[in-house]
Amino acid sequence: MIEVIKPGLFTTIQDQGRRGYQAAGVGIAGAMDSLALAAGNLLVGNPEGDAGLEMTILGPTLRFTRETLFAVTGADLAPRLNGSPLANWTAHLAPPGSILSFGGRQSGVRAYLAVAGGIDVPVVMGSRSTYLLGRFGGLEGRPVKAQDRLPVGSPTQARKPLEGLVFPENLRPPYRRNPQLRVVLGPFQDFLSPEGLAEFLSGEYLITSNSDRMGYRLQGKAITRQKTGELITCGLANGTIQVPPNGQPIILLADRQTIGGYPVIATVIHADLPLVAQCAPGDAVRFAAVSPDEGRKAYLALWGPLKNFSVS
Amino acid sequence: MEGFPRILPAGDQAILVEFGAEINSVLNQRVHAVARNLTAGKIPGIGETISSYCSLLVYYDPFVLSFAQVSFWVRDLLGREVAIEEPSQTVKEIPVLYGGAAGPDLPFVAKHNNLSIEEVVAVHSGETYRVYVVGFSPGFAAMGTVPEKIQAPRLSSPRTKVPAGSVGIGGIQTGIYPVESPGGWQLIGRTPLKLFDLYRRPPSFFQAGDYARFYPIGENEFRKIARAENPTAGW
Repeated sequence: MIEVIKPGLFTTIQDQGRRGYQAAGVGIAGAMDSLALAAGNLLVGNPEGDAGLEMTILGPTLRFTRETLFAVTGADLAPRLNGSPLANWTAHLAPPGSILSFGGRQSGVRAYLAVAGGIDVPVVMGSRSTYLLGRFGGLEGRPVKAQDRLPVGSPTQARKPLEGLVFPENLRPPYRRNPQLRVVLGPFQDFLSPEGLAEFLSGEYLITSNSDRMGYRLQGKAITRQKTGELITCGLANGTIQVPPNGQPIILLADRQTIGGYPVIATVIHADLPLVAQCAPGDAVRFAAVSPDEGRKAYLALWGPLKNFSVS
Repeated sequence: MEGFPRILPAGDQAILVEFGAEINSVLNQRVHAVARNLTAGKIPGIGETISSYCSLLVYYDPFVLSFAQVSFWVRDLLGREVAIEEPSQTVKEIPVLYGGAAGPDLPFVAKHNNLSIEEVVAVHSGETYRVYVVGFSPGFAAMGTVPEKIQAPRLSSPRTKVPAGSVGIGGIQTGIYPVESPGGWQLIGRTPLKLFDLYRRPPSFFQAGDYARFYPIGENEFRKIARAENPTAGW
């Protein structure tokens, strides 16, 4: 059991997402930086699909009622166990009654807490992820609040041998401020004039404060469209970049709606979504076009080692 | 239609199959038929699909398939005869409390079209609509087509909160917001029916391909139906 003493700024239960229900309008949700959560799970001996906490900018204060093997991955929010600083991306064993707290944001935006056994809230439509729009999953579809008690499942592996295990630095996403994001152009880049496309690929776009798990609204040189009409609504992928009539792009993310009607001019490749998840308002991003095959290659290079990551 | 269907990349883990660029029931039936056949085909690596008016988004697993491979499978399916299921004969009847606080944009829709409020209600409830798409939010059914004389543009700035059950008009589409969500359609009324319920199978009241008709009700009947839909709610 984990007791929530302070909830932090915005803390939700997430796993790798709710697959297979978009045809009913139910979004995928899931961790924004799904690789960081998967890595944390592997460190504590869980299957990569177990649920953990996604903690945003200002981390929570939590109490482990029992001895608990845990890891904090993703953003560096300065984790502390009973007041002592802790290494990120490392399996730690907390004695019963330990307090996990966070000192403040050092880099990135979203940190993940994985605990041996996983956070064991009920599975709803195949997932434990919090779905804010649908108000289900996680804890009735809401962020955690003070005095919540989070159930922890039974660990499947012995805890002791995993303590101190580190997720290798070269297997982590190459987080950096103001990243360049690789995109696959289309399906509807023909809504842009050649100048509009050049503007999109050469411009710098600031992430505005109007950005959340649904999507990031960007601000930069307005992208000129050559077709003025609206697109007929179509399904949306993770990382979709829409351009509304004001020309300021929006990157749609984990909590996006399933369909949308603004022209989709490009999609951020999945390998670069962890970089997006760790961008804060005020950070700047640039875009570079790649082919679907280059995107796939980058994804396999990032996630492939996790499939083989062994704790033994 | 010339040039269609076409297969376009939607990032590195999905493709969009575009069957045309207009809203009509024949194209939409083709979309849903291909989605069903693709799902039934159980091709390793093909993930979930999102059907829309005239396009189908297909997710795939990059550990199993490349863009060229998934395009090949979809093209193969498109090249064969696709059985189009007969349109569902079910017409679902939807009670609606029109106007007032339940439908704050009804006066605008009337004024926009030089009609009285009563005329808008009569036209909206006099039509049978096809559910083209279920999506956007859980159980949201986008229906068409709204008769031209009561069509109205979307709000220039969407509302951040639209109450569950709200019935709206957005251009040629009409539909119901099943859960509270942001929304840009003109709200003309509200239904007491629960359109998405996790504990119902299937959870969504509407499925793509259904037909719907709206009928006006008063406040008393609204409350009566709402109580029956939410027996545990403390009214």
